[in-house]
Amino acid sequence: MTALLEHLESVRSAGRKIFVPYLMAGVPDRDTFTALLACEEADAIEVGLPFSDPLMDGPVIAAAGERAIADGIGPLDAIDLVGAAPKGGPLRLAMTYYNPIHRLGEEEFCRRLADAGISGLIVPDLPVEESDSLMEHAGTHGLAWVPLVAPTSSAERVKKIAATATGFVYAVSTMGVTGVRESLSERSSRVVEACRVATDLPVLVGIGVSTPEQAFEAASTADGVVIGSATVKRAMEEGRAAVETFFKEIRAALG
Amino acid sequence: MIPKVDKLGRYGEFGGRYVPEALMGALGELETAWTDAWAEGGFRTELNDLLAAVVGRPTPLYDAKRLSERVGARVLLKREDLAHSGAHKINNTVGQVLLAKRMGKTRIIAETGAGQHGVATATAAAYFGLPCVVFMGAVDVERQHLNVVRMELLGAQVIPVTAGSSTLKDAVNEALRDWVTNVEDTHYVLGSVVGPHPYPEIVASLQEVIGEEARRQCLQMIGELPDEVVACVGGGSNAIGLFRGFYDDDEVRLVGIEAGGEGGGGPHGASITKGTPGVLHGARSLLLQDDDGLIAHAHSISAGLDYPGVGPEHAALAHSGRATYESATDAEALDAFGVLAETEGIIPALEPAHAIAYLLRSKPKGNILLGLSGRGDKDVETVAAALLRAKQ
Repeated sequence: MTALLEHLESVRSAGRKIFVPYLMAGVPDRDTFTALLACEEADAIEVGLPFSDPLMDGPVIAAAGERAIADGIGPLDAIDLVGAAPKGGPLRLAMTYYNPIHRLGEEEFCRRLADAGISGLIVPDLPVEESDSLMEHAGTHGLAWVPLVAPTSSAERVKKIAATATGFVYAVSTMGVTGVRESLSERSSRVVEACRVATDLPVLVGIGVSTPEQAFEAASTADGVVIGSATVKRAMEEGRAAVETFFKEIRAALG
Repeated sequence: MIPKVDKLGRYGEFGGRYVPEALMGALGELETAWTDAWAEGGFRTELNDLLAAVVGRPTPLYDAKRLSERVGARVLLKREDLAHSGAHKINNTVGQVLLAKRMGKTRIIAETGAGQHGVATATAAAYFGLPCVVFMGAVDVERQHLNVVRMELLGAQVIPVTAGSSTLKDAVNEALRDWVTNVEDTHYVLGSVVGPHPYPEIVASLQEVIGEEARRQCLQMIGELPDEVVACVGGGSNAIGLFRGFYDDDEVRLVGIEAGGEGGGGPHGASITKGTPGVLHGARSLLLQDDDGLIAHAHSISAGLDYPGVGPEHAALAHSGRATYESATDAEALDAFGVLAETEGIIPALEPAHAIAYLLRSKPKGNILLGLSGRGDKDVETVAAALLRAKQ
C-alpha cells in the first residue's frame, strides 16, 4: 500500500472527509507557496507543475502556470522547490502534463519526484491506455497513482481506470476544464457512484468544486474533495492569509 | 517505409491519443463514425459530389512555364489556391462537417492559424446550416484580419485567444477546452494532420484527393510521374494529402518545407528539422520544446506554419527516410512570393511560398510537382509591411 493511500484510509476510518487543495508551484511566489505546503487543514496537497500548454486547465490555473513560468519556475524547478520545502505537513502529490515527463524520461522523472518527498502523481492528459510504463516507474518509486474518471467514462472504462489507482480515484465532477462554477454539477454524484461500483479506494471529487457549500455537497457521496481554481485564485489575488482562511472554511464545511 | 496507422492511432512510434479522460469517449465515437462512413459508398459518393459542386474539384495542374525557366526544371503547380475559399483546407472541412451531420452534432468549432482553416470551416458550416465558433490566436487575428472578416461574414463567431503565444498552438488548446466542455453536441473540426487519433488519419484521408488528382494529372500532362514532390509543412495537411498520392512510387522524392523563420539561429517553426520527440495536442510527434518539456514559441512570417509541432505521419515519414524535410526562411519566402506573382501572375499564400523558395534555392532537376496550397490575398498586408521594413 502506498503511503498516500495508507494516510487517506486512516482519515477515512476516523470518519473524516478528505480535503486536498491544489496549489500551483511557486504561486503567488516561492515563499508563500512553501508556507502554504505546511497547512494543517489539508490531508494532502496537490502541487501543479507549471506547463506551457495546460489544456485541462481553465483561465485561473492556466494564468497561474504562466506566472510561474514567467518567474523562471518550470516543471523541474517546481519539483526542486517542493524538495527544498521543510519536511512534515500534509503529503504532497504532483499534477503534471505528460510532456515534461516524456522529455526527461519516465523513470528519471519519478525518481526526482520521490527524491523531493512527493508521494503521488496525477497526469491528466495520459489515458489509461498509455499509462502502463509510467505507472510501473511510479510504483517502483513509491508514488501513488491517481487516475481521473470523467462523467462520460463508460462503466467498462471506469472499472479499468479505477483498477490502476494506488492512491485515490479522482472523479471529475463535470465536463470541462478546471475552474470556478456557480453550482456543483448534478453529474458529480453519478460519477462518484460509478467509481464506487468499481473500487474500494477513496473517491475524491474535483473540478468545479469551489465553495464550502459545494465541498459539503460533493463530500456527501464522495470521500472528499480536491479544490483547485478557488484556492489558486485567492493565492494569486489576495495572498496567504486569504488562502488559509479559505482552507479553514472548507475544513469546517467538510467536518 | 510507408507509415500506416495502427489500432492505437500510431504511425510507427508517433501519434497516439494523449488526452484527458473526458475526451476519450468522444474520440472513440468519432473513430467509429469515421471508420464506418469512410468504408461506406454512400458517404464517399456524397462527399465526392460536394467536392465537385462546392469545392470546385478537381483543381487544375498548372504548367508553370516562366517559373520553370527561373528554377531550371519543369515545375507543375497543383492549384489548391483555386479551391473554394482559397486553400486546400476546404477538402477537410466539407468532409468533417458532413461527418458531424451524420453523427447528429449540432455545433461546429475549429481552431485557425492563418485563418484559412477557419474560413473553410465557416464555409462548410454555413453550407450545412450549423453554428460555428472559431478560435484564433490574438496575434493571428491581427495579422490575418481579412480572414477574420470573412469568417464573420460567413456567420462564424471568432474568439481571439490571448493565452501563451497567442498563435495557432494556443487556439488548438482553447478549441480542445471548448470541446471537453461541449463534447456531446459539438464536433471539433481540427484543421491539420495533428491532434489525437483519429484526427491525423481523418484529415489525411480527406486530403488524399490532392495527391490522387495530381498523380493522374501528371501522367496526363507529361506522360510520367514527377521526380520530386514538394509541399510546405506546418501541421502538414496539404503535404500529406499530396505525398499520399505517391507513397508507393519509390522513385518519386517527397520533400517537405518547414518554416525557417528568421534563420541564423533565430526563432522558427521547423519542428522536424530542428525538433525533438514529445507530446503536444494529443499526439506524440516532433516538437519545438526546451529541456523542461515546455513547448517553445514557434515563429514564421506565415501564420499557417507558425506551429511548434507537426503531424505524426510526417514525423514517421522523416524517421523512415521516405520523405525529407528542409526549411526556408521568412526572407526567402517573401522573395519567392514576389517571384511567383511576377513570373506566373499568381499571388500565393506565404505558406506555399516557402516551397517555391526551396525550388529557387536548391535548383532541383527534372519534373517537380509543387503543392500550391492556398492563395495569398490574406497575406498582402503582411507582405506590404515586410517590404516596407526591408526598404527602411
